[in-house]
Amino acid sequence: MTWVVWSAGVLIALGALFAVIRAEKGPSMLDRTVALDICVTAVIAAVALYAASDRRTDVVPVLVVLSLVGFVGSVTIARFASVEPEGQGRVRTREEIAAEEAARRQAELDEMREGHVPDEHHGGGAEGEVR
Amino acid sequence: MTGSDWDAVADVASALFLLGGAFFVLAAGVGALRFPDLLSRMHAGTKPQTLGLILVLIGLGLRLRSGGAVWALVLVVVLGLLTAPVGAHMVGRAGYRTGKVRSDLLVTDELTRDLESAQRRDEA
Repeated sequence: MTWVVWSAGVLIALGALFAVIRAEKGPSMLDRTVALDICVTAVIAAVALYAASDRRTDVVPVLVVLSLVGFVGSVTIARFASVEPEGQGRVRTREEIAAEEAARRQAELDEMREGHVPDEHHGGGAEGEVR
Repeated sequence: MTGSDWDAVADVASALFLLGGAFFVLAAGVGALRFPDLLSRMHAGTKPQTLGLILVLIGLGLRLRSGGAVWALVLVVVLGLLTAPVGAHMVGRAGYRTGKVRSDLLVTDELTRDLESAQRRDEA
């Protein structure tokens, strides 16, 4: 049984690794969703393999929960998928994020220096308020 | 054959099912990595993945051999068979609507044809 568990574990780990590589490469949010779905299945298979090797019946509820959670995740993301702007499909590097962050800060500072307080910072009246 | 013989048979069958299921999980991972577009990756993430899950759970059931656990595993299999098509449908629909389907890789595209004919009919 030991070598069966090891070889099945290696196969599952490789499958999960390939799915993670696809999740990193993208290129779209939906590709990542599919890849993470495969990851969840690999986790289910790994837990099942552990239960089989140690003959543990008490981890079976974990399998039920995992199968439901994976489904909810992929359906939710697919529901909110939208057209992504060009170049959004890849993970940005640290420098790019820092540059974007600096540009945003600079814009905020410029606004404040002009003595103009943005509207949303007033905490104005609630929608539908009785005056 | 005595009871312990049957236990050995079940253990060997369980090992075979576990190995087969692990192989299909690997196949799903390879498919997700190697296939060229969203719909074929979705295929890899739906069909081999569900088959692999079912085989692994059959293997686990043969190994555990206790009533309550096996029924919970049946529940997992039924949930997997119910949710995989729903998830794949949602991903495919979202992919089509956000333009992530590569039409040059499709053998046939009945949805685009039907949508266009419906649009022509509405305009007429």
